[in-house]
Amino acid sequence: MDPARKRTVRLVVALSAAVLLAGALLYTSFSASSEARTPSQLLSMAQPGKTYQLTGKVVAGYERKGTVTNFRVRDRAGNVSVPVRYEGVLPDPFRAGREVIVDVRKQGDVFVGEKDSLVTKCPSKFTADQT
Amino acid sequence: MLVAGKACLILALGVCLYGIGASLYGARSGRREWVASGRRAVYALAGVAVVAFLILQAAFLRSDFSFALVTTHSSTTTPAFYRATAVWSSQEGSLLLWLTLLALWSSLILYVTRRRLREIAPYATAVLLGLGAFFAALLVFLESPFDHTIGPVPAEGIGLNPLLRHPSMMIHPPMLYSGYTLFAVPFAFAIGALVARRLNADWIRHTRPFTLTAWFFLGVGIVLGARWSYSELGWGGYWAWDPVENASLMPWLTGTAFLHSAMIQEKRGMLKVWNVSLVLATGVLAILGTFLVRSGILESIHAFGASTLGVPFLLLIATMTAGSVYLVASRAPQLRSEHRIDSLLSREVMFLLNNLVLVLMCVVIWWGTFFPLISEALTGRRHSFGPSMFDSLTVPIAMALVLLSGIGPLIAWRRATAANLRRNFTWPLVAAAGVFVVALALGAGDQPDALIMFVLAGFVIGGVVQELVRGVRARRVMAREPVPVALVSLVRRNRRRYGGYLVHSGMAVIFVGIAASSSFAHEQDVQLSAGQSTEIGGYTVRYEKPTAELVAAPNGRLERIDLGAQLRVTRGDEVSVVHTERRFFPSVGPMLGPVSRFFEGEATSEVALQAGLRRDFWVTVAPDTGRLDARVKEGDKVFTEADNAGALAPADRNRLLAQALQGLTKSYATNPPAATFRILVSPMVTWIWLGALIVFCGGLIALWPSPRAVGRRVTAAYAARVGREARVPV
Repeated sequence: MDPARKRTVRLVVALSAAVLLAGALLYTSFSASSEARTPSQLLSMAQPGKTYQLTGKVVAGYERKGTVTNFRVRDRAGNVSVPVRYEGVLPDPFRAGREVIVDVRKQGDVFVGEKDSLVTKCPSKFTADQT
Repeated sequence: MLVAGKACLILALGVCLYGIGASLYGARSGRREWVASGRRAVYALAGVAVVAFLILQAAFLRSDFSFALVTTHSSTTTPAFYRATAVWSSQEGSLLLWLTLLALWSSLILYVTRRRLREIAPYATAVLLGLGAFFAALLVFLESPFDHTIGPVPAEGIGLNPLLRHPSMMIHPPMLYSGYTLFAVPFAFAIGALVARRLNADWIRHTRPFTLTAWFFLGVGIVLGARWSYSELGWGGYWAWDPVENASLMPWLTGTAFLHSAMIQEKRGMLKVWNVSLVLATGVLAILGTFLVRSGILESIHAFGASTLGVPFLLLIATMTAGSVYLVASRAPQLRSEHRIDSLLSREVMFLLNNLVLVLMCVVIWWGTFFPLISEALTGRRHSFGPSMFDSLTVPIAMALVLLSGIGPLIAWRRATAANLRRNFTWPLVAAAGVFVVALALGAGDQPDALIMFVLAGFVIGGVVQELVRGVRARRVMAREPVPVALVSLVRRNRRRYGGYLVHSGMAVIFVGIAASSSFAHEQDVQLSAGQSTEIGGYTVRYEKPTAELVAAPNGRLERIDLGAQLRVTRGDEVSVVHTERRFFPSVGPMLGPVSRFFEGEATSEVALQAGLRRDFWVTVAPDTGRLDARVKEGDKVFTEADNAGALAPADRNRLLAQALQGLTKSYATNPPAATFRILVSPMVTWIWLGALIVFCGGLIALWPSPRAVGRRVTAAYAARVGREARVPV
């Protein structure tokens, strides 16, 4: 094979490998990731028993009873909120006004959080909240 | 002082703009004095940036609340050590730190290379000053650290976020920023080399110490962040695939790849396109890292418009990327390899594979970090990319990486023969097999991922030990030295090589720690009343009694409430008593009542940690303050009414408030509700920190100038002087 042809073949092989890899990444990302929902979306479409990933901000005035915390999560921009019941240890940064992500399942009027699914954002970004 | 600070920043911007012009004019016209003037502009930039930084630092240390930044990020109750670090807890302060570090590192490289790389340096100076101008402009126009507090100067500030009160705050952010800014140096010189079409390995050789230092600092920063998260954030993990963490990991990965592939260019004149692309990508990723942390773009694609920094950063990144791509494409003919790859079984190919794997890792992390944005842009709905997805994608890549880091040092350059393979691979493979048998015997068989990682690590470390033993033996034969002397002189004579080997073994140790601690950990969230116990991973944990304390700062102001627990931990015959607590810092939010703001503000966990080589015992407590709620609300009511009526003088109010809080705190201790504990028993976490220490020792060895290089430099300088004096070109 002459060198020019060889180089083209190599380029095509490398490119198709890259495309294949990108396709695989795209496919797995979309099939395995859960869709993030805001409180207002959950209110309008949530069905009992299905799991959703809820993102939003914690509303002030939550209560803790033993290992259970009852709190409300509101839209990032807006006041629509949903009640959440979460059992387990909350991360340190958890507090009113902070952004959380939690997997929830609808039970009656309340959204019950799944164990260990609640995360808050890394503290290095918190300065923006204070100012 | 505010005016002086502002003046410094404006001066910095002016100096940058002048320097860019001078350097470019000097390079185009060939007039050395203009090039030198551009270089001096960088020194001047460093000077004014340091002065501005010191002004801000002094304001924080003095608690000068006429600085808006000091009011919002510090307070008189913040300990002096943390007042010093509070400077970079703010957006404006971190940008100023960025500019200062960039200017200092740029000055250093330009001073070191002032008589070398004459064609490249002026362009590199312009690029470095361009970055400096960008940050200076942000500080002057958008994020001024020298704004006056609005309204009258308050007596007290908001204080440093309690979560940031950790010794790591002193080193972690400056290390990360040093890493980011140091990567700007090879970036600038790569651009310079491309513009000047000087594409041999010279620029790589001269910037190598800076690239390696960048890699070193960024690595230290990442590990410190992980350690901080483990010991302070109260969730027990060290890595969460948070965008901020990913942002620092990405340039580190491409930087690592470059340090390897640069060797191939130095030794064989190959992979030139790849090398410049890696350096340019690393530079862009370092800026991207700062951007991710600072712009808030990942909150949402829509939040992006609201951030003041989003658009300027995006323009900078777009300019850097487009410029890089154009330069590489237009210089393609000069970037052709001087040699070809001889065989697939060669060190070159292993290096290339290692590079591909590192870049693949970076791409996957990039994809995962930006996936919420990508999915929002593509489908209009936001999908998240959870930690488990990151894990499942990066674990196999990490395995490939460890394997290649074992093969690379053992295989021959150019073409490996069967004899070479037999000679170099037998003992490492035996070591791997040994690890396999031992790990199976210890019960690692049910966690295949961990088992594979242990075996690979055994292979890597076996290979490094074999190389060391061979080297020492050879020296003993040649120089008749005793073993320790032979080992030291072996490493001293070839610091890059043996430093690199040490880094490889340290990384293997880190991966062993990660695999063991993520596969074999016991974790329990349990609610206990005083006197009750629980069992976990061979430990018996008994909640002995609650602790409660109202803590005042040295100046008498109430700082926080500590509610904790004393635990008796038994494992076999070993008994120890540990203490863990949760610290409640008052919130400054206006919505909360005078008493409840002490319970609903920021809270931090003080972890009780017993670290050991075999396992860590880790416990935090979440006290149940629910029983106090009624009394807290009562207190809110009383104080709010009194405040509204103006019935209390401030001193009396503070005294009564302290008494009320003291009463609440005491009642928690005397009549304790059940508390929730998170207990972790995770094996070999300490190996991660030890591995990191080994990596950094290796890095330091590789960084230390070798005696031969020093000698060479002296000879070169001497030859140049002789040449000048004799008026002969050298």
